[in-house]
Amino acid sequence: MEFAELIKTPRADNVVLHRPFHPAVEGTLCLTGHHLIFSSRRQDNAEELWLLHSNIDSIEKRFVGSLGTIIIKCKDLRIIQLDIPGMEECLNIASSIEALSTLDSVTLMYPFFYRPMFEVLEDGWSSFLLEQEFELLSSVTNEWRLSCVNKEFSVCPSYPPVVIVPKCVDDEALRKVALFRHGGRFPVLSYYHKKNGMVMMRSSQPLTGTNGRRCKEDEKLINATLRSGRRGFVIDTRPLNVAQQARAKGGGFEQEVHYPQWRRIHKYIERFNILQESFIKLVEACNDQSHNMDRWLSKLEASNWLTHIKELLTAACLAAQCIDREGASVLVHGSEGTDSTLQVTSLAQIILDPRCRTIRGFEALVVREWLQAGHPFQQRCAQSAYSNSKQKWEAPVFLLFLECVWQIHRQFPCSFEFNEQFLIMLFEHAYASQFGTFLGNNENERAKLKLPQKTMSLWSWVNRPEELSRFQNPLYEANSLVIWPSVAPQSLQLWEGVFLRWNRPSKFLEEAEEERINIIKYNKELQAKVNALRRQLAELETDEQ
Amino acid sequence: VENVKLLDRLSSRRAVVGTLYLTATHVIFVENGAETRKETWVLHSQISSIEKQATTATGCPLLIRCKNFQVIQLVIPQERDCHDVYISLIRLARPVKYEELYCFSFNPKLDKEEREQGWKLVDLNEEYNRMGVPNNYWQISDVNRDYGVCDSYPTEVYVPKSATAHIIVGSSKFRSRRRFPALSYYCKGNNASICRSSQPLSGFSARCLEDEQMLQAIRKANPGSDFIYVVDTRPKLNAMANRAAGKGYENEDNYSNIKFQFIGIENIHVMRNSLQKMLEVCELKSPSMSDFLWGLENSGWLKHIKAIMDAGIFIAKAVAEEGVSVLVHCSDGWDRTAQVCSVASLLLDPYYRTVKGFMVLIEKDWVSFGHKFNHRYGNLDGDPKEISPVIDQFIECIWQLMEQFPCAFEFNERFLIHIQHHIYSCQFGNFLCNSQKERRELKIKERTYSLWAHLWKNRADYLNPLYRSDHSQTQGTLHPQIAPCNFLYKFWSGMYNRFEKGLHPRQSVTDYLMAVKEETQQLEEELEVLQERLANLQKSQSGDNKVKSKQQDRSKQTGLYTSNNSLANTPQEYSNDLKSFPSRSPSQGDEEDSALILTQDNLKSSDPDLSANSDPESGVEDLSCRSPSGGGCLPSEDSGKDSDEAVFLAG
Repeated sequence: MEFAELIKTPRADNVVLHRPFHPAVEGTLCLTGHHLIFSSRRQDNAEELWLLHSNIDSIEKRFVGSLGTIIIKCKDLRIIQLDIPGMEECLNIASSIEALSTLDSVTLMYPFFYRPMFEVLEDGWSSFLLEQEFELLSSVTNEWRLSCVNKEFSVCPSYPPVVIVPKCVDDEALRKVALFRHGGRFPVLSYYHKKNGMVMMRSSQPLTGTNGRRCKEDEKLINATLRSGRRGFVIDTRPLNVAQQARAKGGGFEQEVHYPQWRRIHKYIERFNILQESFIKLVEACNDQSHNMDRWLSKLEASNWLTHIKELLTAACLAAQCIDREGASVLVHGSEGTDSTLQVTSLAQIILDPRCRTIRGFEALVVREWLQAGHPFQQRCAQSAYSNSKQKWEAPVFLLFLECVWQIHRQFPCSFEFNEQFLIMLFEHAYASQFGTFLGNNENERAKLKLPQKTMSLWSWVNRPEELSRFQNPLYEANSLVIWPSVAPQSLQLWEGVFLRWNRPSKFLEEAEEERINIIKYNKELQAKVNALRRQLAELETDEQ
Repeated sequence: VENVKLLDRLSSRRAVVGTLYLTATHVIFVENGAETRKETWVLHSQISSIEKQATTATGCPLLIRCKNFQVIQLVIPQERDCHDVYISLIRLARPVKYEELYCFSFNPKLDKEEREQGWKLVDLNEEYNRMGVPNNYWQISDVNRDYGVCDSYPTEVYVPKSATAHIIVGSSKFRSRRRFPALSYYCKGNNASICRSSQPLSGFSARCLEDEQMLQAIRKANPGSDFIYVVDTRPKLNAMANRAAGKGYENEDNYSNIKFQFIGIENIHVMRNSLQKMLEVCELKSPSMSDFLWGLENSGWLKHIKAIMDAGIFIAKAVAEEGVSVLVHCSDGWDRTAQVCSVASLLLDPYYRTVKGFMVLIEKDWVSFGHKFNHRYGNLDGDPKEISPVIDQFIECIWQLMEQFPCAFEFNERFLIHIQHHIYSCQFGNFLCNSQKERRELKIKERTYSLWAHLWKNRADYLNPLYRSDHSQTQGTLHPQIAPCNFLYKFWSGMYNRFEKGLHPRQSVTDYLMAVKEETQQLEEELEVLQERLANLQKSQSGDNKVKSKQQDRSKQTGLYTSNNSLANTPQEYSNDLKSFPSRSPSQGDEEDSALILTQDNLKSSDPDLSANSDPESGVEDLSCRSPSGGGCLPSEDSGKDSDEAVFLAG
C-alpha cells in the first residue's frame, strides 16, 4: 500500500492552528505518510508542529460556511484545532488523517520507517537482557537458574524465551506447571530482596476449576521459594468472590489444603476495562472548562481514578511489606497475570529496590516487568481517552503504573534519579512513538516482527547523554532504603503533569523547575571551583615548604 | 496526672504513656520513654474544643481539638482525674479577660528598646508612602482622630482629596457601623485604587447625598476612568435580605457612574460550618478516596476558597487592566472585604509577596481596619457564632497561589502556617482585640511583643528558595486562571493535616534547596577567601596558616553535609525504637518557642541561633535540621509503615 493513496490533499495554506494558552497561528499544513506537519511562516516566530498520525486518538470536523474546522484529540491528551479554508480541502484532510491514524497493520507504523538522525551509541534492544539480571542475582544466591524452556515460545506464548526459576525445578516440571496456569504463565522470579533473601514471584491464576484440580509440580515450585518453616503470601489481585467465580470457567486460586504454607490475601485491583472507563471520565472532567468547583470535584470523584491509584499503591505496599517487614516470600497473580499483577510487582520494586529509582534501573524494570513479562501494550494502548470507537482491549494499565510512580516520587522528591518528564515521556511513547519498543503484545510477537532488526529502540535514544540530561532529577541523592509512601487520600493528588498538561499555563512551573536546576548547578560549580582552588593552594604550599 | 495514654490517630497500636501537666498557660504531656521523654506542649488558647467520651475499660478518653488543627486523644485512667482535667481545661481554654492571655506573661527576654523596635517593624505610614499617597488625589484624613467617626477604623485613613470632612461624616452615617469608604490600595501606575467600606443603609429607597459625593470623589481621584466598580462580595440574596433591615446595597440609579457587581462569597456562619465539615473529613479514620473527595466537595470549602480568589482576581483585573477604581464592601466590611482587598492587593503588587510585604498587608487590611480577631478566633470566651475561619481562608488563598506560581513568593508555606498558628496562639499582641481602639486602650505595644519582629528575626526559615526578585513571575500582576481545570485548587494537607506528618511528602524540596543555597553561600565566601589567598600566595609565595585552618573547617562541614543527607533517611529503616515514633507534637525547646507546637524540624529551624555556624559543631546541627528530609523523616517512616499496616489488616 502506498500512503500517497490515502493523501488526497497533501498541503493546505492559510490554516489557523488553535491551542489552549497559545495565540492562534496561521501557517501551512502538510500531510505525510506518518506525520501531520504545521508550519507557521511568521518571520519573527517560525514554529513547526509535528504530530504523529498514530498519536491521534480521534478527530471531529465542523463547518461554518466554507471554513472547515478539524478538532484533533491526541493520545497524549492534547487537543488542537485547525481551521482550514475550503470545504473540499478540509474534508480531504480529515479523511486522510482518519485513515492514516487508524492503520491496522503494525508493519506500516512509523517505527518501521523511522531513520534516526543520531548516532547510536548503545543498541537499546540489547541493553537490558535477562542474562545480565541473572548474573547479578547469581552473585548473591545460587538457588535460582535461567531456564530456556520457553525458547520457542511454546510453553507460554506471552513469556520471554528465558525466565528465572528455582534451581530445584526442572524444565519438565515447568511444562507441567504451565499447563496448570492460565495462558501457561507459570510462577517465575520477579524480584529478589537482597536484604533478607525473600522473593516476589508472579504468575497467572491456577486452573483448579470447580473440582479443585491440583498440580504437585506447581506446589513444589512455589514452595521451593520458602525457607524451611516459613510461610509465604499469595496476593490475589481479585476479590474472593471473583476468584471463586473464576473456578466455573476453569480458573481458580490456591486452596489452603494444597498450599498449607501460603496465606492468601485478596487485594482487589480493578480489571482493565473498568480502568478505561475511569480514564475517559477523568479526562472528560479535566477538559470541562466550567467554573463550578462542585462540578469539578464531583466529576473527579465520579471518575474513580484516584480510587484506583490508591488501591494499586495499597496493594503494592502490601506486597512490599510482606517481603521487607514480614520476611516472607510473595506470589502475585490475578487472572491472566498480564496487567494488575505487573502493576503490583513493579511498584513493589520501586518501593523496595533503590536501583529501580535510577534511570537505568527504571528502564530495566519496564523492560523486565512489562515488556518481557508480556503486558499487551499494543492492545492496551491502541486508543487513549478520546476514542469514539467501542473499546475492546484498551486500558491505561501502564499509565496507572506510571502515575503511581509519580505519586511516590512526589512523596520522596529526592530519591529518584529521573524527573516527572521521564515518566510523561514513557507514557507518550507507550501510546505513539517513532521507536519500536512498545510495539507488539509480547516478546513472541516482537520476535516475529523482527523489531530489533527493523526498528530503533527507545532506549537507544533516551540513554544518549543529551537526552538523559532532560530527564534527570536535580534533587536526586541516592537513597538506599525502602521508601514507604502514604496511601491516605490526603497524600494523593491528581497528576497534573499528564491530565492538566495542556490545560494549564505551564510557564510558571517550568520556570520553577529551571530555578531548581540552576540552584543545584551553581552549587556544584562552586564546589568544583573551591576544590580546584584548594588543590592549587595545597600544591603551592607544599612547593614552598 | 500520671499514666496518661496519648493515642495516635492513625494507629491504635501506637499509643504512648506519660504524665499530663496543666500549667497556667499550657497543657504538657511528657512521655515516659526512658531516653526521649518527648514532650507535647499545647497552649490553652489553641484549644478549640474538649470532649469527654464514654469511659472504657482502659480509662476515660479525652479528646482535645486545637485551632491549629491538632487533635489530641488522651486516655486518663481515673474517671475523676479526667473530669478534673476536663473542667480545668474548659476554664483555662476560655479566658474571660485579655490579661489572662499568654502574651501578657510571655517574655522572650528582649529589653524595652528591642520590643519597641519590634513594633516599629511594620509601619503603615511608610506603606502608604510606598504606594504613593498622599498625592494630588489622596490625602490623610484626621476625622477619625479620636475614633469619633468610626470606632473600628484606624485613626489615620486615606480619602480622596475632594472628600471634605462633611462628606466623610455624612457618608459614615449612611454606612453600617459608620465604616465609610477609605483607601485600601492605590496603584501608582494608573491612579486606580481599591477602597473599602461597609454596606450602605439604603433600605428600599434611602439615599445619602454625602455618600453619593464620596463615591464621586473616589471616581474623580482616578482621572483616567469615568466610572468605578462597586463590588458587593455577598451573594445577591443576602444583600437583598439586608434591605428589609434598612441596610442593603447601592442603587445604580442613585449613584452616577458606578457599575455595581455582586460576588457571592458566603457569610461567616456558612464558612464556619464548611470548615467544620472539612475537618470531619480530615479526621476520618482511613477514609476511602471517595469518602474523602465526596466529603471535600460536600464541605464546600474549596468552592468558598475559589469564590474569594475569583473576587480578588476580578478586582485586580479591574485595577490593573481596565484602570478602574473599585469600592469593595460586604455587610460590615471587616471579613469578606478584608479577604478580597488583601487577595487583590497581593495579586497586583509584588511587594505583598515578600516576607515583609505580607506582614504589611495583614497589618493594613486586617489589623488596622478592625477585623474582629478576638471574636473570629475566639481568643476570649464569647459567642461561638462569631467564630469563623476568615483569615484562615485568606491564608489558604495565598497557599493556592503559591502552588500555581512557585517562584513568585519570597516566603514559603511554613511562613503561612506559623502566621496562622499565632493568630490563635495569643503569644504575641498583634492580633488581640477587635480594633485598633481596643488595642490602644489595652496598651498592647507596651505590654506585649510583636509577632512580626519574631518572624523577621527568623526569616531565613521562611524563605522560598525558588524566589528571585528579578524573576518574571515576581514582577507585576499575577494572572491566575479561573476554571478549576486550569487552576487546580488542592486540599491543603500541610495545614489541615498539619500534625499528621505521615500524610506529607517525606522529603521536602524546599528544605533541601534551602540547605543547598546555604551551602552555596558558604562556598561563595570560601571561594573569595581562597582566591584572595591564592593571589597573595602567588604574589608573595608565602603561606599563612589561618586560611589553612579555615579550609579544614570547611571541608569538614561539606563532608558532614553530604553524609547527613543519608543519615536523614535512616529512620525509614524499621525500628521499634520509641525515638522514631510519630511525633504528634514534638518536644519544646526554650521558652520562646514553647508555644509553637511545631514539628521538630520546624522547631529547630526557628531557633534563632542556627544561622551562626562558625564552628563545625553547630554547622552539623544546622544542616541536619535542614537537610532534605531532616526531622521530618523521623515520624514519617513510622506513619508510612502505619499506612501499610492498615493495608495489611484490610487484606
